[in-house]
Amino acid sequence: MLQEIFAFLYQFGDAFAFLVLSAAGLAIIFGMMGIINLAHGEFIMCGAYVTVTTARLGLPLPLAILCGALAAGLAGILVERLIIHRLYHRPLDSIVATWGISLIVTQTVLILLGSTMPGIGTPLGSFSIGAFSYSEYRLVLMAVAVLLLIALYLLFNTTRFGLLSRATIQKPQMAQALGVKTSRVYSLTFGLGAALAGLAGGLYAPTMTLVPTMGVTFIVESFVTVVVGGADVFLGTAPAAAVLALIKAVMTGWQGQLFGQIGLLVTVIVVIRILPRGISGWFLKERT
Amino acid sequence: MNRGPRRAPSAQERSARQSPGDNLRPQAVRLAPLPGILGRLNGPQTMGRGRAFWSGFALLLALAIVYPLFVDGWTVGNTAYFFTWTFMAMGLCLIWGYGGALSFGQTAFFGLSGYSYGVLAINLGSAYGLTFAALAIAVLASLLLAAVLGYFLFYGRISGVFLGIVTLSVTLVFETFMAQTAGPEWAIGAARLNGFNGMTGMPPLTLPWPGGDLALFPGIPLYYLLLATMVLCYLALRVLVNSRFGNVLVAIRENPQRAEMLGYDVRRYQLGTFVIGSGLAGLSGVFYTAWGQYITPSSMGLTAAALPIVWVAVGGRRDLTATLLGTLIVLSAFQSLTVYGSQYALVVMGLLLLFTVLLAPEGFIPAVVRAVTRLPWIDRAQSSRSQAERERRP
Repeated sequence: MLQEIFAFLYQFGDAFAFLVLSAAGLAIIFGMMGIINLAHGEFIMCGAYVTVTTARLGLPLPLAILCGALAAGLAGILVERLIIHRLYHRPLDSIVATWGISLIVTQTVLILLGSTMPGIGTPLGSFSIGAFSYSEYRLVLMAVAVLLLIALYLLFNTTRFGLLSRATIQKPQMAQALGVKTSRVYSLTFGLGAALAGLAGGLYAPTMTLVPTMGVTFIVESFVTVVVGGADVFLGTAPAAAVLALIKAVMTGWQGQLFGQIGLLVTVIVVIRILPRGISGWFLKERT
Repeated sequence: MNRGPRRAPSAQERSARQSPGDNLRPQAVRLAPLPGILGRLNGPQTMGRGRAFWSGFALLLALAIVYPLFVDGWTVGNTAYFFTWTFMAMGLCLIWGYGGALSFGQTAFFGLSGYSYGVLAINLGSAYGLTFAALAIAVLASLLLAAVLGYFLFYGRISGVFLGIVTLSVTLVFETFMAQTAGPEWAIGAARLNGFNGMTGMPPLTLPWPGGDLALFPGIPLYYLLLATMVLCYLALRVLVNSRFGNVLVAIRENPQRAEMLGYDVRRYQLGTFVIGSGLAGLSGVFYTAWGQYITPSSMGLTAAALPIVWVAVGGRRDLTATLLGTLIVLSAFQSLTVYGSQYALVVMGLLLLFTVLLAPEGFIPAVVRAVTRLPWIDRAQSSRSQAERERRP
């Protein structure tokens, strides 16, 4: 009995970590700028590729993952400067533009690096409780997901960047009038979102095969989490990830991976009917 | 957003609602005196009217009709292949260009109807014109899915951004689902779904014909069938967008709050549009499957889902004619690029989409038309719209 409870908790934690890590970058960009970044999966792929390349060159894995996140973040700032910042007054067009970027990047990587790349094995070992064996690396991922949420909370609530970005989110004109360089805040935020996507890619790179279309693996889960969560990372993404992880763990345990995904999709379609602005919209109802 | 109950409009309000369309109509009638419903072929919501436009249309149509006499069989079949996609493009044009709702998941309906046609055609066989029954049921499946999904989306009043990613998620999950149906347990009747490799072996559309059924393999008869269906759909959609429904739809795109305040149920119009557009995507799926007797899950993947967006955006999403011509041009350009490898062609498609959004957000065909003729068609349509607004004021 205890073994089964642990097995379920492990499943839940694994799903929670995956949802939080894959959605955090998307949620920050959406929450700050109202843009859904359809190239999210490509930033994840970028992070994974850079992580694996640097790790194979001999860098220790944690540093390699940071390199992956940094590379994705820089790519994000570049994309924002070159393309997205021309389209702030047309949010729907900016989404279409990010899809164009996604097509270009996936196919260019396919042309340049081939259809697959040698990966690195999953680090750390495994342990077993009862009849089941578990990966220790997955436990690390769960811890990272929780730490990431704490770090983001601190970033947005205690630092100067957090203050300026919250000001920009709430009243961009007023923030600009008070001397905040809002365009720089937008660039940095987009870069931060991309870096978080790269981090997710780096963290999951050792556990999956590296193909140019690997972003698609993450994209449905991250979309679903952001739609259910709404515009706020802490009041939205985190609780949404918890609820969805529960559904996913139950469905996956019952019928397998694919039904976990279908369960998520059905949940999101029902949730938008009841809570069109997501969980955070429901929490913040009285404030708006 | 308010979701309060709405009272039924009074008779006076209803007649007031009629007036915008009627205000616009006299102008259209003056330019092209056609009786009844055909008068709606011209109107403020479509580019091109008058003798010059329709002469060009007739010329193009005549060229398309005699085209098979001058080229080899393979080219005819290949052109028919281009035609199969235009229905999905016109449907997306209606949803996105006219309705302002950005659906990324049209390929879900494409795939659903394609697979439905395959399953039904394999099980029913091709005698007695049953393949056309399979076509009808397959399109119906898309209409139903669109109605259910659209109910949750539009009646939940979600914003345009979420609409796009929920529809995209639906198509991606559907792709994943179909890709894992490889085992022999995944069969419906005699039809094996075959997972990632896709489904084959369904009969093509077959016309019951005196003296032996006529199987429409890619060739001249299928070409004419698709051409006729395409032209009919195009004309029917022109009538639709220039009717009261289309005027309200454009009003909703321009300003949903205003349309709502004027007493229109925004949700109902958007749902109707979504269902029609998705049915057209389903029709594309059926024709595609029947054309090649083949459909795979990757026809619903992320890349496949991006392509309709490219065609419609590049051509000009706010006009049916621009969408139709743009789709055919982009498709043939894409195919000639595929000679160098489909990856390169897709990079070019991505760049094309990016440049369209940055340089010609209305699409390249309206931009070219405006530059060449110096006649601002779109502006004229807009000015006639604002003129109607002025007239409505007391």
